[in-house]
Amino acid sequence: MSQLIQDTPLTVAGRRFASRLLVGTGKYRDFDETAAAIEASGADVVTFAVRRTNLGQNPDEANLLDAIPPSRYTLLPNTAGCYTAKDAVRTCRLARELLDGHNLVKLEVLGDDKTLYPNVVETLAAAETLVNDGFDVMVYTSDDPIVAKELEKRGCCAVMPLGSLIGSGNGLLNPATLTIILENAEVPVLVDAGIGTASDAALAMEMGCDGVLMNSAIAHARHPVMMANAMRKAIEAGREAFLAERMPRRQSASPSSPFAGRINA
Amino acid sequence: MQIQLNGEPRQCDDGQTLSQLVEALGLTGRRIAIEVNEEIVPRSLHAQMRLADGDRVEIVHAIGGG
Repeated sequence: MSQLIQDTPLTVAGRRFASRLLVGTGKYRDFDETAAAIEASGADVVTFAVRRTNLGQNPDEANLLDAIPPSRYTLLPNTAGCYTAKDAVRTCRLARELLDGHNLVKLEVLGDDKTLYPNVVETLAAAETLVNDGFDVMVYTSDDPIVAKELEKRGCCAVMPLGSLIGSGNGLLNPATLTIILENAEVPVLVDAGIGTASDAALAMEMGCDGVLMNSAIAHARHPVMMANAMRKAIEAGREAFLAERMPRRQSASPSSPFAGRINA
Repeated sequence: MQIQLNGEPRQCDDGQTLSQLVEALGLTGRRIAIEVNEEIVPRSLHAQMRLADGDRVEIVHAIGGG
């Protein structure tokens, strides 16, 4: 008889996703590598940035959206590079026009260039405006449980605290606060930023996160496609370990083999 | 007349439409989004939207990012 617990799909704002790994599209060598890595990751949700079009460019130049077609993936435009609520809201509205009314966005409003740490004051203001304007807002934030709850109260459909600084690969630096966020949350919680390698992703899932969003950990691995594959497995393994509910920790040893019947007894 | 296009000055014919600007830039049919003076102009309105002197036009597209 199967002992497997049936998992439910990740559900964000009524959208259901088979994969709990969400990936970015930055820092790859070219669009071929982007497409191959994303395919290997098994991700359903793929985030991208919105920037001014280079004018005078080759009209036949490849387009990112050819590598990650909206027909195959759920695209998640982000507001990376925005430092004010106003710019983030403008960027989301441009993205909605770009994607013919698609209203799921990743909101991030940054505080400074050195840390790319979220400016939560601006983030809260932008979240409120965007939700009122009909967007489904997945929000990048600090690992502050109070801020996470305030974002949820403003109608964000997912809260995405950082594990560590964007692009740092330092993993989960504050599991204690992440645990509090998870305990309080009534919307999906995804770790966004800081993942460095597969064990970081697995740990986030073992702790009960609903998903993980990453970019650099895959794109900046020496072999991105292989790392994407590793991340897919890490997310699945971590999720299954969470559902299976780990054994209790003990201070003393507990033999796995019985004492009875030892030859020296 | 002169507009600001993606932060740079650009000369345009008086009364030029947004569609004509897009065509002049070789961007017809490409997946872009446009805002004029910080307001989105839906694709369906590009043909009838006439630019005015001093308009600030932003044309954006999707690029890799995390």
